[in-house]
Amino acid sequence: MTPSRVAYVTILAKDLRSELRTLQSLPAMALFATTTFVIFRFGLDRTQLSGSLAAGVLWATLLFAALLGVNRLFVAEREEGGFDAIRLAPIDRSALFAAKATALFAYLAVLELVVVPIFALFFLGSAAALGPLVAVLLLADLGIAATGTLISSMAVHSRARDLLGPLVLLPLVVPLMIAATGASEPLLAAGGPGYHRFGSWLAVLSLYDLIFLLLGWAVFDFLLED
Amino acid sequence: MYGKGLRPLSIATVVAIAAGLSLVFFYAPLDADQGFIQKIFYLHVPLAIVALVGFIVGGVFAIAHLRSGNRKWDAYSYVAIHMSVIFGVAVLITGAIWAKASWGHWWVWDEPTLVSFLIVFLMYATYYPFRYAIEDPERQARYASVFAVTAGAFVPLNFMAVRMAQSLVHPRTFGTANGGLPGSMMFTFLVCLAATALLWVTLVKLELTAKSTSGQLKRLRRALDAPAPGGGGSRIAPEVS
Repeated sequence: MTPSRVAYVTILAKDLRSELRTLQSLPAMALFATTTFVIFRFGLDRTQLSGSLAAGVLWATLLFAALLGVNRLFVAEREEGGFDAIRLAPIDRSALFAAKATALFAYLAVLELVVVPIFALFFLGSAAALGPLVAVLLLADLGIAATGTLISSMAVHSRARDLLGPLVLLPLVVPLMIAATGASEPLLAAGGPGYHRFGSWLAVLSLYDLIFLLLGWAVFDFLLED
Repeated sequence: MYGKGLRPLSIATVVAIAAGLSLVFFYAPLDADQGFIQKIFYLHVPLAIVALVGFIVGGVFAIAHLRSGNRKWDAYSYVAIHMSVIFGVAVLITGAIWAKASWGHWWVWDEPTLVSFLIVFLMYATYYPFRYAIEDPERQARYASVFAVTAGAFVPLNFMAVRMAQSLVHPRTFGTANGGLPGSMMFTFLVCLAATALLWVTLVKLELTAKSTSGQLKRLRRALDAPAPGGGGSRIAPEVS
């Protein structure tokens, strides 16, 4: 294995192990999402959701829950001097970006594994849409992981870090949310899943993922210079 | 040194704006459908084009900064984005006036270009809080450049996603905006576009000159060992040497 790959695996393993031991992010994200569903149930005064309303509730909730994870992503590195250690190590700095993005992707996937069935249980008549929804969820997670890691790594160095991450990330993920809700809306339609323009929305999601993964990879070196 | 050429540039801008406005009011024909209000097109559309191009130009300057490490490019990028955000406010206001006059509502969600522009504007509006929350000037310049590059990549992607989200093919009320523009209108439009672009360049140059002058003044004061009034200048603007 190349040194960069060793660094990638090591940082990723460290992150996942520390999350497993401390459970700092994931339980909070899941709890936040579940409570948000309850709030939507009363805010919208609906017990069943379908179509655009279901897609909107699901994606707004997942996005805001993801922001909690994004905010915490680099806190340990900053507080315990992890950034300095990476700077000292003779490795490609992009390994840190790749490891953090993978960790965030894993958090989001686990979050959705818990929360999306709860969403279906609360609001959907059947679980038929959940199969094809997995593709949309995974592609959207990849995009959030790319932009979230990039923004979080910058926001953590600022004075108002908890504020800045969501503030900048929210407009940045608007195209992602447009595509994710666009693909989910027919899937969650009342009369069973439909696939209207499913493919083109997945293509937009993939394009978004590709652009921001490459961009994050390319600019991450500049974020660690000092 | 940034002030060089500012005077001829300002004169050219004034002449171009005067020419553009006279063409708009005395030469371009009245629109058959919309009448007089259609003339806001000559203000709104050039402003929008110049603002969007300005955002991209800010991203290009940011790439130059990241590649060369020269802080001058960061100041260019900052001023380009700053001016484009100001132009963006004007775009949203003129767009709202036009929408009210021709559709009867101040805001319409089914005009994809306007909605895309709003999202882009909201994205760049976070440039300021983002930039000023980072204290170390070196780091601030680098992070602001990364922001400018990221947001520059976001602009075309966002336009694509918003346009795709129109579930029905929306009838373009402004048939004039694409294609079927009569020659006299097209000529007026191009003059207005050039005038707006000149205005943008002049304002960018003016702001860079002002920043460079105040930077020089600060250095002179420091050389004289006199404390600057108000505690040493603002942290807000990037400095130009």
